[in-house]
Amino acid sequence: MSSSRLEILNDGGLRHDARRPYELRSTSFELSTHPSAEGSSTVTQGLTTVQVSIFGPREPRQRSNASHDRAILSVEVGVVPWAQGAGGKRVRGDKRLQEIGASIRQTFEPVIMTHLYPRSEIAIDVQVLSADGGILPTSINAVTLALISAGISLLDYVTSISIGLHLTQPLLDLSQPEESDLPNMVVASLPTSGKITLAQMETRLHVDRFEEMLNLGVEACKVLKNEMELVVKDKTRKIVDRMEIKSGAAMIVDE
Amino acid sequence: MATAIAVQPSSSKPHPQITILKRSRADIPLSQNKFLKKTARGKVQNILRERYVRDDIPCGFEGCNLCHDFPGFRPVLPASGYRDHTKYGNGHWLVIDTNIVLHQIDLLTALPIELPLIIPSTTIRETRHRSLPLYNRLQQLIQDEERCIWVWWNEERRETATLPKESEQGEKETINDRNDRAIRQTLHFYPTHLNQSTSKFPRLILLTDDRRNREIADGEGLIAVSARDYVDGLTGEVRERLVDLVVGGVDEVSTGEKKGKRIYQDYLPQDTLLAGVKTGRYHQGHFNANQYNYLEGTVNIPGLTKPVLLVGREAMNRSVNGDVVIVEIFPESQWKAPGTEVVDQDVALRDDDADDDESPGLAEKEREKAKGEKMDVDEATKKKPKDILPTGRVIGIVKRNWRAYVCHLDRSSLSDAALTSLSQQTVFATPLSTSLPRIRLRTRQAPQLLDQKILVTIDSWSVNSRYPDGHFVRALGKVESKEAEQESLLLEYEVPYRPFGRAILNCLPVEGDKWVVPAKKAENLEWRDREDLRDLIVCSIDPPGCQDIDDALHARRLPNGNIEAGVHIADVSHFVHPDNPMDHEAASRGTTVYLVDKRIDMLPALLGTNLCSLRPFVERLAFSVIWEMNEKAEIVKVRFVKSVIASKEAFTYEAAQLRKDDKSLKDPLTESIRLLNTLAVQLKEGRMKAGALSLSSPELKIHLNSSESTEPIDVEQKQQRETNSLVEEFMLLANISVAAKIQETFPATAVLRRHCPPPKTNFEALQDILQKRKNMTLDVSSSKALAESLDACVDPNEPEFNTLVRIMATRCMLSAEYFCSGSVSRETYGHYGLASPIYTHFTSPIRRYADVLAHRQLAAAINYTPLHPSLQSKSHVEKTLSVVNKRHRLAQMASRASIEFYVGLALKARGDKTGLKAGVGASREEAFVIRTFKNGLAVFVSKLGLEGLITFKKDTHTFDSENYTINVPKPSGGEVGISVFDKITVDISIEKDPNTQRGKVKMVMVGPVNSENL
Repeated sequence: MSSSRLEILNDGGLRHDARRPYELRSTSFELSTHPSAEGSSTVTQGLTTVQVSIFGPREPRQRSNASHDRAILSVEVGVVPWAQGAGGKRVRGDKRLQEIGASIRQTFEPVIMTHLYPRSEIAIDVQVLSADGGILPTSINAVTLALISAGISLLDYVTSISIGLHLTQPLLDLSQPEESDLPNMVVASLPTSGKITLAQMETRLHVDRFEEMLNLGVEACKVLKNEMELVVKDKTRKIVDRMEIKSGAAMIVDE
Repeated sequence: MATAIAVQPSSSKPHPQITILKRSRADIPLSQNKFLKKTARGKVQNILRERYVRDDIPCGFEGCNLCHDFPGFRPVLPASGYRDHTKYGNGHWLVIDTNIVLHQIDLLTALPIELPLIIPSTTIRETRHRSLPLYNRLQQLIQDEERCIWVWWNEERRETATLPKESEQGEKETINDRNDRAIRQTLHFYPTHLNQSTSKFPRLILLTDDRRNREIADGEGLIAVSARDYVDGLTGEVRERLVDLVVGGVDEVSTGEKKGKRIYQDYLPQDTLLAGVKTGRYHQGHFNANQYNYLEGTVNIPGLTKPVLLVGREAMNRSVNGDVVIVEIFPESQWKAPGTEVVDQDVALRDDDADDDESPGLAEKEREKAKGEKMDVDEATKKKPKDILPTGRVIGIVKRNWRAYVCHLDRSSLSDAALTSLSQQTVFATPLSTSLPRIRLRTRQAPQLLDQKILVTIDSWSVNSRYPDGHFVRALGKVESKEAEQESLLLEYEVPYRPFGRAILNCLPVEGDKWVVPAKKAENLEWRDREDLRDLIVCSIDPPGCQDIDDALHARRLPNGNIEAGVHIADVSHFVHPDNPMDHEAASRGTTVYLVDKRIDMLPALLGTNLCSLRPFVERLAFSVIWEMNEKAEIVKVRFVKSVIASKEAFTYEAAQLRKDDKSLKDPLTESIRLLNTLAVQLKEGRMKAGALSLSSPELKIHLNSSESTEPIDVEQKQQRETNSLVEEFMLLANISVAAKIQETFPATAVLRRHCPPPKTNFEALQDILQKRKNMTLDVSSSKALAESLDACVDPNEPEFNTLVRIMATRCMLSAEYFCSGSVSRETYGHYGLASPIYTHFTSPIRRYADVLAHRQLAAAINYTPLHPSLQSKSHVEKTLSVVNKRHRLAQMASRASIEFYVGLALKARGDKTGLKAGVGASREEAFVIRTFKNGLAVFVSKLGLEGLITFKKDTHTFDSENYTINVPKPSGGEVGISVFDKITVDISIEKDPNTQRGKVKMVMVGPVNSENL
C-alpha cells in the first residue's frame, strides 16, 4: 500500500525522522568498553549500535595463514538475535555478514601498518547490538576506534558513511527504511588525505550522480573524524590525568 | 540538539553544511517511535523508528523574530489575519483538521485566497494515509503560491511533538485521538511562540467537523468551529459563494439520520470481501452502467470471458460508473440475458421527489418494469441460451471513482414557489452522461442555477436513499453558451485546461520567440553531435491550419542508385528537460486535446507552435530518422541522428497532392514528393500483405463560418488523399524503426505501444448478425484473415455498407495502449491493427508525451545524452505511461464529444436556414440500423457520424430478437420488417428537453414507415 508508506523526503525538506538531507544521526563513541580485549569500542549512530573488540597482535590461530613480513587481519561479524531490522535472524557465517567482514578487512588492510607486526594476527570481532541501517559504516567507524584503543599503528582514522539518493537529492547517513527504499552507497575514507578506501554499492545508481555523492561522502567522513578525534583526545587526557603525568607528555597529546 | 562540528564544503557543488544532529538528554522520550505492524502475510512486526525533534522549524509568521533564519522560512502568515467574519472579525488564522480535508476539500479550495490557513503535518499525513486523490488535491492547494497557506511540521517541532498517551485506566489512546491532540497542540503553540515577537497577533481557530474534538478544544480554552458554522459567519459575496459547498458534515448526518426504509443492502466488511475475492467466491471488477437502461449494468472481471450482469437497483447497490466493485455471482439458475429495451432514467423517474425517497407510485412502477422484464427474460432464456450472462449483485466497493460531474438542475424537481425563494432546498442534478444516476443536492441558489451547467460532486450514498447525495461545486455558465459547453466538456473528460503556471513558463528559453538556432560553431552546445541537414530539400505536409508541425520529410536519390528517405521530427526533448516543472506538467497532461474550435496544448504555445514546430523557411532543431532504401522500398540501412533542418515548404495535404499531380513541375521539391509517394505506395502494399487492417471510423470536418465567430455552417466527411497515406506510411515506418532501436538498447524500460489481438468472443455478435442478415462470414482467426474477410463484406448496392461493417468491427476491438517493454512478455509486444511486431510513438512529440519519452530514450540509445534516471526505472515509466494512456483515451472522447456538439449546432443552423421554425427544423438523412431493441432502433448516420435512437411508444410492432428484426405496421396495412444493416431515412432535429435543458438529438424515422405515430 503506497499510501501507508513513509515519505522519504517531505516538502519541508525533512526526512521521515525529521532530519534534513545533510544531517547525520546522533552519534556516541565510547572507547575501551570491553575489559578483556586489547582494544574495544562501542559506536552508536542513531539506533544502530556496534561493539568491536580487538584481539592481538597475537600469534595466528592458524599457522598456515601467517605471513612472515606483516600481520594478517581476521574479521568476524555477528549480529545479536534481538537486533531488529537486520531482516531475520543471522548466524555467524551468514553470507551477508561474511561480506561485511570482508569489506571491513579490505578497508583496513591498507591503513593498518601491518609491517610493524610480522608473523602475527590482529583479530577484529564485530558485534551488531542493534541495527537500524548503516551496519557497515558504523562497524568501520567502531573498528577505527577499537584499533586506536588497542594502540595499533594506523596511517589515519578511517571513517565511513552511507549516502542515498532520493530523486536528485543526496541523503546522508541512511536509516533502515531509507536504506531499503533508496539507491545507496557506502564510502569509507582517510579524512586527512581525503583518500577513499571503500566505495561500495549494491544498488544501481545513475552515473551522473555518482561523483557528487562520493565527494559528499568524503566530506561527511571528515565531520565524523573530527567528532571521533574529540572523543579520543578526551579519553587520552583522562588517562594521562589518571597517570598523573604532567606537562611534557600531555603536550604531545594536545599537539 | 546543538550543532556539533562542521566542515566547509569543498566539492564543486554548494550544499548546506554537513552536521551531526546531536540529541540532548531531554529529548530521549521523544526519540523513538514504536508501533506494531501487520504484514501482508498476517505476521505482526514490532517496529521501532527513530525520530528527532527540532527547534528550527519555521512558523511562517511574517513578523517572527525567532524563525526567519530557519531553512525554508517564508513570510506567509500576515500579521492582520482575516477579518471578514461576523464572529471572528478582529483577525484570525484557520487551522485545518483532517476531516475538513477529507470531507470539505471543495470548500477548502474555494476559500478566499487571502484567508490564512495553517495546515499541520499531522493533517497531511493522515490525509495521505486515507485518500491519495485528496492528498494530491491538498498538495496542489499547498503549492499554490498565491494563497496564504503554511504547512506547520508539528510532529517535527519540539514543542508540538506528541507521544502516545495512556489514560488512567491503562487504555491506549487511539490514533485518531492522538492526531486530534497533535493538531490542538499546534493551537497551543502558536500564541506562546508569537508572543515573543509581537504583542498583537491574530487568533487561531480550529476548523473541524468532529464534534468531540471541538468539545475537547473548548475545554482547553481554544476556539474550534465546524465548517458550516464558519461559512455561515462569513460575509457578503464570499458567503454566497461558499455556502453551497459545505458538505453536510459528519455531525449533521448522524443527527439527521432518516428513519426511512432501507433500499439497499449494506456492503460486507472489507475483510470478508478481500478474503472472498482471494478464495474466488467473489469477484472484483470495474462497474459499467448501461447507457441505454439505467437499471442495468455490467461488471467486467478479468479472468471471466463474459461480463457479469447486474439487473436492478438492488443488484447494482449504489455503484456508480467507473467504481471498482466486488460482486457475488448468483447460481446459474438465476442467470439472465441483458434487457432489450431502452429505459431512460429521465422519463421513468420524472415524478420522483427530491425531498422524499418514498414515492410509492414510482417504486411500484419500477417493480412492475422489473417483473415485466423478468418474464421476458424467462422467455428469452428458453430461446437464446447463448445470450445469458452470469448475473450477480454488488456486495462491496473497493474504490469509488467519484469526481466532479457536469450536470443540469432538473427543472421538475423544483416547485413553482421555490423558483423565487432563496431558502435552501433539495433538488436533483442530472449528469450529462447517461450512465450516471441523478444526484440529489441541497442548494440555496436553485433559481439562478436553473438554466446553467453546473459542476456537482457526489459525497455519499446512504442505504436509505435511492439517489446519491452531492454538493454544488461551481457554475460553468449558461446552457448552450459555447464557453459553458466547452468547459463542461473539458471537465467531463478531465482534461487539464488551466493556463500554464509561472514555474512552467520559466522553463522556456529566455530568448522567448527571438530564439534561433545559433551559428554553427564548436562552442555552441546546440551543435554538439548534430548533423547539418539545412541543405536538404525538406518539406512538411499537414492538415490545413496546422500550427504545431511535428514532422517533415525528404527523399533523394543516392549515387549508388538507392533512395535516401528521411523523417525529421521536432526536437522537443532539446527544450523539455526531464524532471522540471514543464516536464511534470506535460507528463500529467499527456497529450494535446483537439476540440473543434480550440486546442488545449500539452506544451506552452511558444514551444508547440513556434520553437519546436518545423515551420518553413527557418532553421529548426530536429531528430531525424534516415533510411537508405532500394527501389522496392526495402530498408538497406537506417540511422538516427539529431540534426538541424530548414524546411523549404509547408504543404497542406491538398496542396501537396496538386503539386505531385501537376505533370509540368519538375523541380527537386516536387520530385522528392513523388519519390516519397512511390515508396509509400510500396510500403503500404507490404503492410497490407502482412495483414494490417484498414479500419474505419468516420472523420468529420466542421465548417465554421469564419475564423473569428465559431458558428458552424456545415458538416462534411473528411477526404482522404494520397498524400495523407504518404505521410502516414513514413510515420509508421519511423515509429517502427525507433521502437526496434530503443527496445534493443533498453529492453527493460523502452516506451512502446501495442494493440492486443481482440478476444474472439468480442466478434460473436457481429458475426451472428452478418451471418443471418447478409449471409457473410467474418474470419477473426488472425488480423490478416480479418482484413481479407472485411474486404469481402461488400454489398454491391450499398457502397457504404463496407464502411459500416468496418466501423462495427472496430468497435469490437481493444484499444491500443502504451506500455513499458519490461512489464509484459516479449510475445505480447505486437500491434494487431498495424500487423507490426513492435511499435512506438515517436513522430508527434509536440502533442504526445509518450513521444517525448521515446525521444529521450532514442537520444540515449545513440549516445547523444545519458538517459535520465527516471527513464531507467521501470516503475516510473509504468506510472507515467498509465497516466498518458488514460489522458489519451479521455482526449479522444473529448474531441469526439466536441464534434458531436458542433454537429448538433450545425444541424440546428441547417434547420434554421431551410426556413423552418427553430426547434422543428430537421434535416433528412439516410441512416443504417446498427442495433435493434424491443422498443426501438439504434441507427447510424454515416454522413454526419451521428448515432441516434428511435423509440416506439406504442406496442403495435413485434420484435424478433433472433433475426434482429422489428416488424412495424404500415399505415396502409400490412407490416414491414426493419432489421440490422437496413437503410432507412430519418429526420434529425435538435430537441431541448424541457426538464433538463439538455439539447438532445432527436431522430424520427420517415422511411420506409413514419415512426412518429408508433
